[in-house]
Amino acid sequence: MAILIDEKTRIIVQGFTGKIGTFHAQEMIEYGSNVAGGVTPGKGGQIHLGLPVFNTVKEAVQQVGAEASIVFVPPAFAADSIMEAADAGIRYCVSITDGIPTRDMMTVKNFLRRFPKTERMMLTGPNCAGTISPNRSMLGIMPGHIYTRGNVGVVGRSGTLGYEAADQMRLLGIGISTSVGIGGDPIIGSSHLDVLEKLELDPETKVALMIGEIGGPMEVDAGIFFKENMTKPLVAYIAGLTAPEGRRMGHAGAIISSAGESAAEKVATLKELGVTICPTPSLMGQTVAEVLAKL
Amino acid sequence: MNIHEYQAKEILADYGVKIAEGGIAYSVEDAAQRAREIEGDVWVVKAQVHSGARGKAGGIKVCKTLSEVEAAAEELLGKILVTHQSGPAGKLCSRVYIEAGTKIAKEIYLSFLIDRSTERVIMVGSAQGGMEIETLAKEHPEAIEKIYIEPAVGLQDFQARKMAFALGLDSSLLNHAVKTIKGCYRALRDLDANILEINPLVVSSNNEIIALDAKMAFDENALYRRHKIAELRDNSQVDPREVAAAEVGLSYVGLDGDIGCMINGAGLAMATMDMIKLAGGEPANFLDVGGGASAERTEKAFRLVLADQNVKAMLVNIFAGINRCDWIAEGVVQAVKNIGMQVPLIVRLSGTNVKEGRKIIADSGLKIITADTLAEAAEKVVAARNRVVAQEG
Repeated sequence: MAILIDEKTRIIVQGFTGKIGTFHAQEMIEYGSNVAGGVTPGKGGQIHLGLPVFNTVKEAVQQVGAEASIVFVPPAFAADSIMEAADAGIRYCVSITDGIPTRDMMTVKNFLRRFPKTERMMLTGPNCAGTISPNRSMLGIMPGHIYTRGNVGVVGRSGTLGYEAADQMRLLGIGISTSVGIGGDPIIGSSHLDVLEKLELDPETKVALMIGEIGGPMEVDAGIFFKENMTKPLVAYIAGLTAPEGRRMGHAGAIISSAGESAAEKVATLKELGVTICPTPSLMGQTVAEVLAKL
Repeated sequence: MNIHEYQAKEILADYGVKIAEGGIAYSVEDAAQRAREIEGDVWVVKAQVHSGARGKAGGIKVCKTLSEVEAAAEELLGKILVTHQSGPAGKLCSRVYIEAGTKIAKEIYLSFLIDRSTERVIMVGSAQGGMEIETLAKEHPEAIEKIYIEPAVGLQDFQARKMAFALGLDSSLLNHAVKTIKGCYRALRDLDANILEINPLVVSSNNEIIALDAKMAFDENALYRRHKIAELRDNSQVDPREVAAAEVGLSYVGLDGDIGCMINGAGLAMATMDMIKLAGGEPANFLDVGGGASAERTEKAFRLVLADQNVKAMLVNIFAGINRCDWIAEGVVQAVKNIGMQVPLIVRLSGTNVKEGRKIIADSGLKIITADTLAEAAEKVVAARNRVVAQEG
């Protein structure tokens, strides 16, 4: 299977019966994702979109064998939903919810660390577009039709910039094994590195593309991991060349707050580590094509 | 969200941190009255603006008589204070804080912030207070003590003691230091603050630990559960364009260039601005219009971008996922008509319903320049901007 999800992965939707949850659950079902039901506390026993609604994630795990979940719960309650999923034995959780307080995410991360690594739920997001393994399963909110199946693994913080990359590759006839949106918040479930670790082990992935941005240490950490542990080529683009210091550029995490966090500094460090840099965001597809051609 | 020094001090005082006696004043008369209430023979008049480095910019004045207090208040009230942290536009000072002068025996530095790599609160201290921590970190990294706080158990006494010793505090001050340090941590944790910085924290000549300055910033995402903190918002300290944007739920950051931008998604917005720069232009703003951009929202975004008099050309770049290109196109056409837009407009649409969207733009009869790719859009908007500049001569 692809990393994280495939057509068999049984998915539940947390915040299933809400407007946003309903809309995206329908989109995922149409794409072919194996949505097995959803969770809305207090609405257990109902049928929504032809699928069962459960009161708790635990019930969903026991009754329909849920393995992965996607969270559309409002920000004030989202951290709780993520922890419920981890406790119930969900293997992979995507949190789409935008606006979760940083302190709540610290609590979530701390809660997850209590599980032994082999039993720990993988979380991506919050504030992300989700994960897609083209033609197999979509656990997210992206426009599925711009993704074609292939051998490039993609990890990125931004949703729409990830779409841009997928579209550029599609026009060049390049497909994607799995694309993972990790989100734009300061504290997130999985880093670029966590996803690269999986892409390195994925037999379907030949090249990895990392779409980063200003702020935080994550891209450089991923670059170091690449140099020390990866056999596959890594291509990267870092957004935010024009971003001034100390100003938050939309994403809560996109803020240059210390040395080494600007786009130019990250690009320089990644180059030294042997990462192939996309000189401009319009050349993401082209750069990947050149790297693929050399294999 | 930032708050003023005096507000941060009031919060810290509630958490057991000692502060000098002080009061806020909105007028010269207020200032004199506060000084009389405080008594003593030295007062400090401090401009309340959301910026550090106020001292060097003349925003902090030590006064020895009531008439000096009045003169300082007179000078600072209504003044635009430009510090090296405030940006060239500066910040309006509409209130001053009058504080009793403190005789300082020792200046130290203490701060708490959220460390992204360890996902923990980190406590940073240095026995060398008064300096900017960035400068100190560069010149004397060995003079900085960092202690990570385990989120499940919080700051422990031994950690506070460790910091107190690192700060070079006398043993006689140990209990007071622990109380101060723990009070600061609790204020940060309880109120969803991202940053708490006390620079300087001082030991006074009568051996008390006093927060002489205080800076706090709060997590915007947590304000829904911190009503009292949310009330402290002072929009006079924020770029008015950003305030207007926030009111309609848009994310906007004003910049110094002259190419206006409207883009969906923060990452794509930054990337598009990069493309403009690489094509030889300078963006006037960052604007993320977000998902579900209705015609009404699009028009509001246009008005916001065009309110900047510097804008000589505008670029719209939308990659529709949840959005639909036809909705965006309708919004663009409506905005251009309603606003009577004068500057050249370049529109690049991609993603869901792109054909329908492009048709709406083409059929509108409006002078809209279209582009298919990101690179083409950036080149066209820079060229259009250059034509406008050339015509202006």
